[in-house]
Amino acid sequence: MTALPAPAPALAETVTRRFAAGRRIAFAIPTVILVYLVYAAVSFDITGLVQRARFENAAILLGDFWSHKTHVTRDNRTGRVTIAIEGEAKGTYPEGMVPEWVGIAGNVTTIDLGGGHVVTYDDRGARYVVPGYGTLDIRPEGGKPVLTAPRPIPDWISVSENKVSATTAAGRFSYSRSKVETFRYEPGWELWFFTLDSPFYGKSWGELLALATTADRIDPARTNLGYMAREFWTNKMWRHGDVAWAIFETILMAFLGTMSAALVALPLSFLAARNFNPLGPLRFVARRVFDFIRGVDGLIWTIILSRAFGPGPMTGAIAIAITDSGTFGKTFSEALENIDDKQVEGIRSTGANGLQRARFGVIPQVTPVLLSQILYYLESNTRSATVIGAIVGGGIGLLLTQAINTQKDWEEVAYYMVLIVLMVMLMDSLSGWLRRRLIKGA
Amino acid sequence: MVDVAFGPEPGRRPNLVDPQAAYLDLVRRKRMYGGILLVVFVALMASGWRLAEDRNAGGFLGGLGQLFDFPAEVLAEAWEKRALLPAIFRDHIPALIETLNIAAVATLTGAMAAMALSLLATRGLARWPRLIPLFRRAMDALRAIPEIVVALVLIYILGGGPVPAVIAIALHTGGALGKLFSEVAENADLKPVEGLASVGASWGQRMWLGVIPQVAPNWLSYALLRFEINVRASAILGFVGEGGIGHDLKIAMQWGQGRYDEVVAIFALLFLTIVLIDQVSDRCRHKLVRGN
Repeated sequence: MTALPAPAPALAETVTRRFAAGRRIAFAIPTVILVYLVYAAVSFDITGLVQRARFENAAILLGDFWSHKTHVTRDNRTGRVTIAIEGEAKGTYPEGMVPEWVGIAGNVTTIDLGGGHVVTYDDRGARYVVPGYGTLDIRPEGGKPVLTAPRPIPDWISVSENKVSATTAAGRFSYSRSKVETFRYEPGWELWFFTLDSPFYGKSWGELLALATTADRIDPARTNLGYMAREFWTNKMWRHGDVAWAIFETILMAFLGTMSAALVALPLSFLAARNFNPLGPLRFVARRVFDFIRGVDGLIWTIILSRAFGPGPMTGAIAIAITDSGTFGKTFSEALENIDDKQVEGIRSTGANGLQRARFGVIPQVTPVLLSQILYYLESNTRSATVIGAIVGGGIGLLLTQAINTQKDWEEVAYYMVLIVLMVMLMDSLSGWLRRRLIKGA
Repeated sequence: MVDVAFGPEPGRRPNLVDPQAAYLDLVRRKRMYGGILLVVFVALMASGWRLAEDRNAGGFLGGLGQLFDFPAEVLAEAWEKRALLPAIFRDHIPALIETLNIAAVATLTGAMAAMALSLLATRGLARWPRLIPLFRRAMDALRAIPEIVVALVLIYILGGGPVPAVIAIALHTGGALGKLFSEVAENADLKPVEGLASVGASWGQRMWLGVIPQVAPNWLSYALLRFEINVRASAILGFVGEGGIGHDLKIAMQWGQGRYDEVVAIFALLFLTIVLIDQVSDRCRHKLVRGN
C-alpha cells in the first residue's frame, strides 16, 4: 500500500466546504427574496386591498369592453319616452326613430329584451314579464312605486321605499318616483361607424357599397363616398378624427424626441469618449452633464417644460429629447470608446484632419451600433410618449386618462387601449424592419 | 462567378472592364441615396417640429424665455424656507421607500415570470417546442401594453395604493426581460443540458442546473438595468396614478405656491436616488459581465 499524496484530504475538505457554501447560498437567496416579498406584501397592505377591491367594477369594465347598453327611459311626470345609447345625449334616438325591439303605440311602450323578457310601460305603471318567474307589476300609489310580484321576492329584485329595480340576464329594469328605465345590453360597439343622425346609420354593408358606387347622391353637393368618409371621421360618439390625430401626435413626439436627442448627443458624446478627448477634466464634465440629465428624469423635465411651453406635443417632444440625450450621450460615448483605431490611423495617414477622421474613420464604424440604439429607443419612446402625453396633455395618453377619469366610457378606454397596443406593435415591427434593412443591408 | 461576387440582385451590373469607373459609379449612387435620405430626414424633422409647435398651447420662442421662471420661483421659495428642508426630506422618505419597493417587487416578480417565459420561448430549450410562437407572442403583447394603461384600469378596480403600479410594471417587465433573457439563453452552451438529460434529469432540473448557471450573470445584469428603468416608471406612475413619491409630488404641485419647498425636496430626493441607483447598478453590471 503506497500512501496517497498528502493534499488529498485538504482538497476534499475545500471542495466539501465550497459545496456547503454553495448550497447555503442556493437556499439563502430564495429565502431572502421570499422574506422581502412578504415584507412588501405587508407594507402594501394586501389584505386591506382585497377588502377595498371593487370587483363589480371589473364586471362593468369587461362588459363595456365588448358590449353596449341602450337606455329606454320614461319620465313619469311628463310621460315622455327617450331612447339613448349609453344614456348619452350624443346617442339619443331622434323623434320618430326607434330600434326594432321597442314598440311605441300611444302611451304604451313595449320593450322586447329577448328570450321572452318583455317590459311594458303604460298609464297604470309598468310591467316586466320574466320567463320562469312571473310578472313584476309596478303601480305608483301616492307617488311611490308599489310592487306586486310572486312571493318570495328573489334577491335579483331590490325593493326600497322609493325605488324598485331588477337585474336579469336580459337586462336591467328600475322604477323610481321620477322615471322608469330599462337597459338592454347588446354585443359590439354601437354607432362605431355612423351616429344616429347620419343618413348612413343602420345600413348594411351591401347598401353602403351600393350607395358609395352607384346610388344617387344624398347630398347633391358631394359624392356619397366623401360624405360617408366625412360622417365617419367626425363621428360624435367615437371622434375618429381626433383619435387619429392623437395617435399621430404621440408618434410625432416619439420621432422628434428620439431623433433630436440623437442629433444633440452625437457631437457631445465625442467629448465624453476617452480616445477622442484627451482632456480629463472636460471629459469628466461632459459625463457628469449626461448623468445629471439622466438623473433629473423624464418626469421632472416634463413638469418643468410643461410650465414653460404649455400643454401639447412640442412639450412632450422636448421632454423626450432632453431625457434621451443624456442616455444617448452615455451609450454613444461607450460605443466610440470601443472602436477599432486602425481605420482612424489609416485615414490619418492620408493627411486627414480631425473632422475628416471622425467622418470617414469613426462614423462608419459606429453607425450600426448607434442606429440600432436609436431605433430601439424610437420604439420604446412611443410607449413613453403615451405616458408623457398624459402628463403634458397631448396625444393618445391624454384621451386615455380623460376617458378613464370619467369612469363611464369604458368602451372608449377599450378602443384607445387597442389602438395604443397596435401603435406600439407597429412601431416595434417598423423599427425592427428598419434595423434589419439599414444595418444588415449596409 | 459574377453572381457570387456581386449578388443575385437584378439591375445594372457594374462594368468590370473598367473597375475604376464602376467603383466611382457605385460611390456616386451611394452618395445620392444618402443625400436623398438626408433631405427627407431634414424635411421630416423641420415639418414635424413646426407641426408640433402649431398644436402646442405655447410657442417655442415664447416658452424659452419662461423656461427658467418656474425653477427659479421654486428654488427661490425653497431657499427662503431652507431651514425646513431636512424635516420635509424626512417626511417623504416613506413615500420614496414605497416607490423603490414598487420598482423592486415589480422587477423581482417580472424577472421570475421572464425566466420561465424566456426558457419556454427559446429554441432548443423549450419544454414544448410547438408552443414557442405562442410564448413569443405573449411576451410581445406584454411588452406592447404601456404600463399606464394597466395601472389606470387597475386603480379603478382595486382602488388606490401601490399594487396597481406593481402589477402594471411587473407585466411590462415580464415581457421586456423575457425577450432579452431569451436572446441570452439562445447562446447558452447545450452540452451541460445534454449531460443532465443523459442522467435522466427532468426539464426543470436541466434548466435549473444546466442553463441558469450559464446565463445568470447576463440575466442579472439585464434585471438590474430594468430595475433602474422601473424606479423611474414607478415615480411616473405615482404622478399619473397613485402611490409613492410621484403622488406626493403631484399633490405638492397642485398646491402650488407655498409648497414649493416640498417640490424641491421631492425633486432632490428623486434625483439623488436615481443617480445613486444608476451608479451602483452600473458598477455591478460591469463587474457581472466582465467577471464572466
